[in-house]
Amino acid sequence: MTETLLDVKDVVVEYPLKGFRKQPFKALKGVSLDIRPGETVGLVGESGSGKTTLGRAVLGLAPVTGGSIKYRGQEISKATRAQRKELSDEIQVVFQDPYTSLNPSMTIEQILTEPLTVRKVERQAANKRVAELLDQVRLPQGAAHRLPREFSGGQRQRVAIARALALDPKLIVCDEPVSALDLSTQARVMELFIEIQERTGVAYLFVSHDLAVVRHLSHRVAVMYHGEIVEWGDGEQVTGAPEHPYTQRLFMAAPIPDPDRQARHRADRLRLLELQREQDVQAGAA
Amino acid sequence: MIETPLALPAAAAKVSLFRRLLTHPTGVASLLVLLLVALASVLAPVLATHDPNTASLKDVLAKAGSEHLLGADSAGRDVLSRLLFAGQFSLAGALVALAVALVLGVAGGLIAGYYGGWFDSVSSWLTGLLMALPGMVVLLAARAVVGPSMWLSMMIFGIMLSPAFFRLVYASVTAVRNELYVDAARVSGLSDFRIIGRHILTVVRAPVIIQSAMVLGIAIAIQAGLEFLGLGDLNIPTWGSMLNDGFINIFKSPTLVLWPALVIGLVCVALTLLANAMRDELERSRGPVRKNRKAATADAAAADAEAAEKRGAAAVVHPDEPGDGAGELLLQVTDLGVGYDQPDGSTTHVVNHVNLTVRRGEVHGLVGESGSGKTQTAFSILRLLPQGGRITGGSIFFEGKDLAPLSEKEMTRIRGKRIAYIPQEPMSNLDGAFTIGSQLMEPMQVCLGISKAEARRRALALLAKVGIPNPERTFNAYPHQISGGMAQRVLIAGAVSCEPDLLIADEPTTALDVTVQAEVLNLLRELQDELNMGVILVTHNFGVVADLCDRVSVMQTGRVVETGPVRAIFNNARHPYTQQLLEAILEDTAPRGPLTATREPKELKGVTS
Repeated sequence: MTETLLDVKDVVVEYPLKGFRKQPFKALKGVSLDIRPGETVGLVGESGSGKTTLGRAVLGLAPVTGGSIKYRGQEISKATRAQRKELSDEIQVVFQDPYTSLNPSMTIEQILTEPLTVRKVERQAANKRVAELLDQVRLPQGAAHRLPREFSGGQRQRVAIARALALDPKLIVCDEPVSALDLSTQARVMELFIEIQERTGVAYLFVSHDLAVVRHLSHRVAVMYHGEIVEWGDGEQVTGAPEHPYTQRLFMAAPIPDPDRQARHRADRLRLLELQREQDVQAGAA
Repeated sequence: MIETPLALPAAAAKVSLFRRLLTHPTGVASLLVLLLVALASVLAPVLATHDPNTASLKDVLAKAGSEHLLGADSAGRDVLSRLLFAGQFSLAGALVALAVALVLGVAGGLIAGYYGGWFDSVSSWLTGLLMALPGMVVLLAARAVVGPSMWLSMMIFGIMLSPAFFRLVYASVTAVRNELYVDAARVSGLSDFRIIGRHILTVVRAPVIIQSAMVLGIAIAIQAGLEFLGLGDLNIPTWGSMLNDGFINIFKSPTLVLWPALVIGLVCVALTLLANAMRDELERSRGPVRKNRKAATADAAAADAEAAEKRGAAAVVHPDEPGDGAGELLLQVTDLGVGYDQPDGSTTHVVNHVNLTVRRGEVHGLVGESGSGKTQTAFSILRLLPQGGRITGGSIFFEGKDLAPLSEKEMTRIRGKRIAYIPQEPMSNLDGAFTIGSQLMEPMQVCLGISKAEARRRALALLAKVGIPNPERTFNAYPHQISGGMAQRVLIAGAVSCEPDLLIADEPTTALDVTVQAEVLNLLRELQDELNMGVILVTHNFGVVADLCDRVSVMQTGRVVETGPVRAIFNNARHPYTQQLLEAILEDTAPRGPLTATREPKELKGVTS
């Protein structure tokens, strides 16, 4: 068994609601999973399932009120800003929206050197690093002095990936990084993710609502529903033969891009829903 | 599109605000006035012919002449010299007020906006209090306590002015605080200080500069007012005290009041005009940038389209399968072109030579990536192109009638009743101020000419039909009280309420969760069967296409590159672009499989704990 990179145990995230003595909103109700070095863990769920919140909790951007998040054995759920700063070359992030995750008034070079300046990297070394990073994400060197608005969505997402890679992290939280992209751009950015992983051994916590994307990228998959992980395990197993009723429903709902197979798939889905309904009725009667 | 190494456009040169102001006529004029006044005040010791405070009995109320260029005041002091020296004090006083307001307002706004919490509550309450206090009365009271010091009263006035900056900065900061790039900076380990300086201050800089010019004008006016009332420090010359002196002697020497009034007026007007000019420049700068980007992508699309035209790339058309094409022809789009008029008089074409047919009872999928012109095509059939867009050629025959040349009035009779529309974003297409019921009833009353009671009955029936569990409750609900999936059902109910012949659905399930999407697709299929509608379904999702469509047209850069029955497209795509799109589909790719030991990272840092 290899060493565990990130160990999430029974994590609870609560957002206080406005109003006197109102129960806080529980975005995560005790979630556990672990990530090994060099591994991609896919996190699937629908909107409001808490998948993004889990990513943000790992990054220290969501208030963890229970449980523990351990990075290489070190508790980070209550990390101070100074500790977070230490962690910034270990854990990084790529956000969903390539249009708002880059400051519109900074050049690509400024965006990429920002994490380096925190580490007090010399100016020359920083410039060299920027060149390397642009190379890694397959952007031309001329891009350094341009503003984000001059790039397409896919290119911006490459810049965001380069920024995440700047400090050579061991874990990148990817929050729906390809959902805003066109189909063929999406495929190419995903290939980039895999390529970078195979070269650098970085681990991904890959959050997405798109089952096909998660299936394609993930070694292991967790399915979230209403703030809980309902199914968790080997990617092939979870996406191929799901056991939990919700996961089954979820996978049956995704249409297959082939008219004849989709017709059968559709019929299967309706049968599954009927079956689950009957089981629910029986469970209720029992 | 293939991401070729960027065809990097010429970088938009960043022109500083100051340089841009120089091209703005009022901006230049007001800057010039302010510069002159400031220079004259700074150079007062050089320019002044007399000491501003030396009284001379023989010169009391002297007329303008060679001895005193602008005359002398009631104490025999030289007016011009006093005017110059007073500029120093009046401007410095106003700057003190501005500085105090800036420091308090900007710092407070930044902290309250960025951190929130108790500081936010306390400072918001304090600014509310400050804004409620009448400034003049506070200044009068302060003078009674601290004595007639211009500096002190200006500092107090600065505090009174700080809410203007606080509000401004607070609003900007709260808007930026949740931007993803600020989150990314936090993950990068940047200190709050750096984040505020680097990412947040840049956003508030422009509005603060504009506000500063306004506040400076106010401070000068208020200060002059105080001195005019005789509440100032008598030992220093200010424009306000000169005004006071002139006013007392207005009958003996009417010009005395003129000079300070003129200077105060000029400076205040110049400051206000400068603020306006800066606002013009800053706001205009945002305009062209957006336009440039849009124009740039449109240009690129147009260039690609022209290139395709030169290549003579005709659309691949698959023949109908036997048994197909039985339905009556409902919509026939021939050679459609859509273009946007550019400011320079040219037209950017975003849709070129598009042919499209929809039969009754047929779902025609319009597939393509962003910028392919699929939505533009759909909107041109509805004749709802955005501002500046128009149909540049071709015809849109709907049941034998060409829609392209119809007037807006004629089109209104067809839209909604005969051709209906389902948008992508359900929530933004419902008006939050009205109940769902009223939004469903109104179009029916207009289109079908039925009574309110009848419309209500039909609306409830429709809601039940689109699978809403408790129609009565949803009917009375406001849009924010229902989920996105429910909202899309409501919009579908609205679209089919007048039993249209043609339904145009623009990415109807893109904003929905996959389980909700499956339900909505089922609903669309049922309704389409039942009403025997023709449907144009705009989408980028091949799963949705496979689920619902009978016929597919693939669009790329404003052209249809391949069209045919759905099975032919999926199984026998011939155009390279279609093949490329189909290859990008991930559904059938193998899962990644478990992590193997060989993929261990080569170098591991020591355990840090």
